[in-house]
Amino acid sequence: MAEIAVETRKLSLWYGTFQALFDVDFRVKKGMITSLIGPSGCGKSTLLRTINRVNERLGYVRTRGTVEVMGEDILGEHVELARLRKEVGMVFQRPNPLPLSVRDNVLFSHRLHRGDTSVTKADEEDLVEDALRQVLLWDDVKDRLDRKATRLSLEEQQKLCIARLLPVKPTVLLMDEPTSALDPKATKALEELIWGLRGAYTILIVTHNMAQARRASEECAFMLMGKMMEVGPTDGLFLAPRLPETADYIEGRYG
Amino acid sequence: MQTDLDARGFDWYMDRAVAVGVFVGGISAIVFIIGIFLFVTREGLSFVIGPMDLKEFFGSIAWRPTSIRNPTYGILALMAGTASVTGLAMLVAVPFSLGAAIYIAEFATGRTREALKVLVELLAAIPSVVWGFIGLSIMNPLIIDLFDVPIGLTVLNAGVILGLMAAPIMTTIAEDALKAVPDSYREAAEAMGATRWQVVFQVVLPAAKNGLMAAILLGVGRGFGETMAVLMASGHSINIPTSPFDSVRALTATIAAELGDTAVGSDHYGVLFTLGIFLFLVTFVINLTADLVVRGVREQ
Repeated sequence: MAEIAVETRKLSLWYGTFQALFDVDFRVKKGMITSLIGPSGCGKSTLLRTINRVNERLGYVRTRGTVEVMGEDILGEHVELARLRKEVGMVFQRPNPLPLSVRDNVLFSHRLHRGDTSVTKADEEDLVEDALRQVLLWDDVKDRLDRKATRLSLEEQQKLCIARLLPVKPTVLLMDEPTSALDPKATKALEELIWGLRGAYTILIVTHNMAQARRASEECAFMLMGKMMEVGPTDGLFLAPRLPETADYIEGRYG
Repeated sequence: MQTDLDARGFDWYMDRAVAVGVFVGGISAIVFIIGIFLFVTREGLSFVIGPMDLKEFFGSIAWRPTSIRNPTYGILALMAGTASVTGLAMLVAVPFSLGAAIYIAEFATGRTREALKVLVELLAAIPSVVWGFIGLSIMNPLIIDLFDVPIGLTVLNAGVILGLMAAPIMTTIAEDALKAVPDSYREAAEAMGATRWQVVFQVVLPAAKNGLMAAILLGVGRGFGETMAVLMASGHSINIPTSPFDSVRALTATIAAELGDTAVGSDHYGVLFTLGIFLFLVTFVINLTADLVVRGVREQ
């Protein structure tokens, strides 16, 4: 039995009075790529954003139930958000590099979290190179490290948004439709890069693109109307779905 | 085809009329500003091409336009007065306005934020003579008591009053600059575990720096051009200040105080308009710079 990286138990979530998640029980296996699929508004992004609590920015979110990351409860009062978000990184739908240089983007999170430990310039250079190499961006931008990150192409920006999470050695990477702003060529490059990161990181990826879920994930979870319907190995779920709703969705009868 | 495509109905004429009306309104600003500039220049020109001595004008502290035997027109002390009061005003206004703008834009929510915005705008609408009155009747005795000085109508008094006057408009512009920073930046930084202070200092302020710079410059322009409050609170004595407890006189206050007593067309009358030209040019440059700085932000 594989180790579990993320586990939710009876997770319900409300935006104000609107209930977006209903008693979601969900386990994400460590080191695997798990895709979350389902029609628009089914709660897949909400579930994703709960795992590093970034949806609490809205201020009117209530939750019930538990979420554990590597066996630790993350919804409790005592949880230090900064620590949680170091452990659980997030990649957004639209690439959102900060308006700083490429180098400062890669080091931003690391600088937030390293505390008082002294880090030399050479260490920083190593971190930058290592992170950019992991996302297959180093050769493209190594001469442009001092350029503004917002000037890069969208594909480069999104790769950078993954790279900047890596220097703090997160366990889980959450990706919310990371390729939906990209063209097909860039999408392919991103998928290859994400595929290459499996094993080193636990990756949970929301996608509305079923072909993407099928080719770029090992596990797949299907959600509908705020409920977790079916979870299983991607091949199995697509070839022999257990529920008629899943079958209808992956065959494109709705969604 | 039976429809008459050339028919011009009421709507067509109305559209034309509105277009012309809006155009006139739009260019009126340009017409007025050029008109004012021409008027001020014409009135000041007689002095500029006549008795004006550039070296004396900018280099002498002797402002004696009413002397019968030997009138001198040195504005160095007046410039020092304006500069010292404006400088001190900015020391007061910048921290206040940036702090207020950061609080309103990044931290306050719901009713607090709305209430604060209304109050700041209300503060900006207080007439300058009221501020001058506060300087004269509240700040003056306060400064005398607090610092044990003979007179409270000083650089300190006028600077603080002017700072409080300039702060609301600077707050409003700075807040706009902070609001213009895309929320995705904040979300990205927060999702990496930045606290709200880290988000503000490391992401939002750097991203908004041009807009904040423009807010400060417009505050400087406001301080530079303010007349009534400075006239009432600064002590109105021609002097290069060596401490905040010295009285000074500002360029604007000089015009306001003396213009009524001059004969139209006299040298004294002309030099006051020359001061006007000088003020006009300086504020023009400040505003233009602010505008260019803001444009810089958009190009990024």
